[in-house]
Amino acid sequence: MSLTNVSMTINGKPMSAAVEPRTLLIHYLRENLNLTGSHIGCDTTHCGACTVDVDGKSVKSCTMFAVQAQGSDVLTIEGMAAPDGKLHALQEGFREMHGLQCGYCTPGMIVRAHRLLQENPNPTESEIRIGISGNLCRCTGYQNIVKAIQYAAAKLNGLEFKEAAE
Amino acid sequence: MNDAPSPTSLERADKLQGMGCKRKRVEDVRFTQGKGNYVDDIKLPGMLHGDFHRSSHGHARIVKIDTSKAKALPGVVAVLTAEDLKGVNLAWMPTLAGDVQMVLADGKVLFQNQEVAFVVATDRYIAADAADLVEVEYEALPVLVDPFKAMDADAPILREDIKDKKDGAHGPRNHPNHIFNWTVGDKELTDAAFAKAEVATRDLLSYQRVHPCPLETCQCVVSFNKITGDLTIYGTFQAPHVIRTVVALISSIPEQKIHVISPDIGGGFGNKVGAYPGYICAAVASIVTGVPVKWVEDRIENLSTTSFARDYHMTTEIAATQDGRVTGLRVHILADHGAFDACADPSKWPAGFSNIVTGSYDFPVAHLSVDGVYTNKAPGGVAYRCSFRVTEVAYAIERAMDIMAQKLKLDPVDFRIRNFIKREQFPYQSALGWEYDSGDYHTAMQKALEATNYRALREEQKAKQEAFRRGETRELMGIGVSFFTEIVGAGPSKNCDILGIAMFDSCEIRIHPTGKGVARMGTKSQGQGHETTWAQIIATEIGIPADDILVEEGNTDTAPYGLGTYGSRSTPVAGAAIAMASRKIKAKAQMIAAFMLEVHEGDLEWDVDRFRVKGNPESFKTMSQIAWAAYNKVPPGMEPGLEAVSYYDPPNMTYPFGAYICVMDIDVDTGVHNVRRFYALDDCGTRINPMIIEGQVHGGCTEGYAIAMGQEIAYDESGNVKGASLMDFFLPTAVETPHWETDYTVTPSPHHPIGAKGVGESPNVGSVPCFTNAVNDAFKFLGSTHIAMPHDAYRTWLAAEKLGLHA
Repeated sequence: MSLTNVSMTINGKPMSAAVEPRTLLIHYLRENLNLTGSHIGCDTTHCGACTVDVDGKSVKSCTMFAVQAQGSDVLTIEGMAAPDGKLHALQEGFREMHGLQCGYCTPGMIVRAHRLLQENPNPTESEIRIGISGNLCRCTGYQNIVKAIQYAAAKLNGLEFKEAAE
Repeated sequence: MNDAPSPTSLERADKLQGMGCKRKRVEDVRFTQGKGNYVDDIKLPGMLHGDFHRSSHGHARIVKIDTSKAKALPGVVAVLTAEDLKGVNLAWMPTLAGDVQMVLADGKVLFQNQEVAFVVATDRYIAADAADLVEVEYEALPVLVDPFKAMDADAPILREDIKDKKDGAHGPRNHPNHIFNWTVGDKELTDAAFAKAEVATRDLLSYQRVHPCPLETCQCVVSFNKITGDLTIYGTFQAPHVIRTVVALISSIPEQKIHVISPDIGGGFGNKVGAYPGYICAAVASIVTGVPVKWVEDRIENLSTTSFARDYHMTTEIAATQDGRVTGLRVHILADHGAFDACADPSKWPAGFSNIVTGSYDFPVAHLSVDGVYTNKAPGGVAYRCSFRVTEVAYAIERAMDIMAQKLKLDPVDFRIRNFIKREQFPYQSALGWEYDSGDYHTAMQKALEATNYRALREEQKAKQEAFRRGETRELMGIGVSFFTEIVGAGPSKNCDILGIAMFDSCEIRIHPTGKGVARMGTKSQGQGHETTWAQIIATEIGIPADDILVEEGNTDTAPYGLGTYGSRSTPVAGAAIAMASRKIKAKAQMIAAFMLEVHEGDLEWDVDRFRVKGNPESFKTMSQIAWAAYNKVPPGMEPGLEAVSYYDPPNMTYPFGAYICVMDIDVDTGVHNVRRFYALDDCGTRINPMIIEGQVHGGCTEGYAIAMGQEIAYDESGNVKGASLMDFFLPTAVETPHWETDYTVTPSPHHPIGAKGVGESPNVGSVPCFTNAVNDAFKFLGSTHIAMPHDAYRTWLAAEKLGLHA
């Protein structure tokens, strides 16, 4: 099958690779660009392990062709930390609140939570739960993921996170 | 001299981040940055990709396989069928349960999606295209999906390869579709107890077929070096050493040339214990082509072929007195094992530890009989987040206790308390042969009742039931209770082995000259956080900060032999090995310290991170100082260095327990439920990291919630697997998942070096019966005795319909 050159800005850097028109964005990222932080969990758009940010929207990259993202601005987990290596508040929150176990859903979950907090900087617990319902986790039961996102929201708003009483 | 006061023992202990503290996880640094290293992240030069052509039939004879079109596709390197594998004697492989299993379909297919041909191509897209181009002509055969019909006289014979074999791996077979019968307990005494029982119940309690469904599927990369003869296998293996030995036993490659590496694993839950055809085919393909081959299954392949869990149909009978004392337990289990007996149990336990079915109760007599049968379903039978078959029988006993309480018109809590094994009875000999190590059930139950204000909940429920009868509400309130006892930590060599290898586990610790160290383990974390918690045990044992200990798992070349991580065995077995290895190091350190301080060893005492002279606390040597000395100034006659290995053969299993209470509201007109409250009290003995324990409980309860409220791998009459994708297989999102309240008591294991019992699987074991009991509790005042799992909205609505509630 003939190859098409596909270019986009990923984590602030211009990148390109020649791929088949049918190549999925997740494979383009993982196989062609070696950005293996985003994962594949289901192939059917349910699990969200492959979630990346495309032009300011959360996208399940297993259900978008790479060519559809031509010229887009893409953010993946590899772009969440600051250029100096300082972790994003969400990355810190997931560790502080024990929001991950096997780590497989974590990149998609963090990238999704990042977009959620862009859309709603002060979400309630219920809004967080609805906001991440496109991302499945098999290990944590979500409770500490919710706390991790609350932690990050507080930190990004310049507040101290007070853990809700059990 | 520095005037600052020297840190107290307590301050120094805090800095170690040892046992009992909520140490943040070491693993998270890489996982939160997308820098984990999972199997599919591995790319080797020239690597090819494998994919399967799979059976469309549940049971059919193969007339012809035509691979010519697949082979003609540019980019396809090879297409393997059973005929090719016969050349290397690998068309079939042994299973962990003493059976054999087809690697690629040999003459017939026995379940839908069974592996028929393995395509190897230059990329995964071409491999998938080529798999579709394989053409297979089938002759359909009658399909058997109902285990209750498996041993009918006219049942189709599934396993023609063994149809005349009268004896299986576990004794006589009395039908070609029969795998084994396994019995435990005193039948005569049990029958006698039932003959004179004042009250008895008998219920068929079915635990449906489900799947562990970790977010990462099963996958591997195999690389064979034709020059050196080395075979390197990267894979999603919960038990890497066992995989190495299995490969050595079924191939002509010597074990020292087989290198098995489990990198980061994206969840396992039992799914990744077994050996699957994909691994064998990738290995053969790499050997044939001389280049690395990757095999990654997709989600549908995962849910429909690489193992299953449960599918136990348990006829459970309890005998009791009128005043609510249990006098006997009689259980028959029909176990549906699918097309091949590939259950992942210790070799001598064809039905796992299902003889823990007496649970937390003092049954004077009991009898258990299990029949395993073949059906046209996927093989597997893994312990999905539970010790071997423990979840199944915990469900049976906890459901049956509720049914008997209902018959006796007793509160299910009061009935349980009346029959609990008492604290003073431990160590307790169960009627089915186990020695429970320790427990304090009454205290745990009492704490749960107080925390949930249980008696007030019952009052509220009564008021709601009256309101329902008056037609003022269409909502029912259910209160679910379960009190489980698990059996984990397999296991003692006297009764546990896998393929003849005793189920010990191991730890090797090396302390470097600068006082830092590395611990290598026979276990393999899949999210449990071993890199964090194992270092905590060492920190407490030998006084080196947890941050200074690197924990390594999953490389069979560097790690000591271990049986891996499943069945909540890591803490009970490997956790003990860590403590024992640490103590060997500490003993040597004490000799070195004595030499350095010029005193007798007996004159020293341990103080957090140092040995000090008794009565003279200013005279001491820290572990860091001792480590340096171990490499330059050891006592005469002593070997230098500071390292130790322990292979720990546990004297007994451990028996964690817990009290779970669920409050649920159900709309009878829609069948929709709302979990108002879920309280989980776990007693896992000594607690190593409370943060991780709570996380394990949250996760296990969420899995239990999914199983009880919706998960099922179902087959239609033609053997089509229904709903083997996440479109249909229920994985709860953050919206459905309840809020979890966790609590604990601590009853240490008396035989474990640090008293720990293991916790990873307790919440799955305890929560499933708790949820189902809540649903059943909601309906029982209307005359219902048992509604079967899974309780999705439709089935719950149907239960209400059958009770005439929609009239």
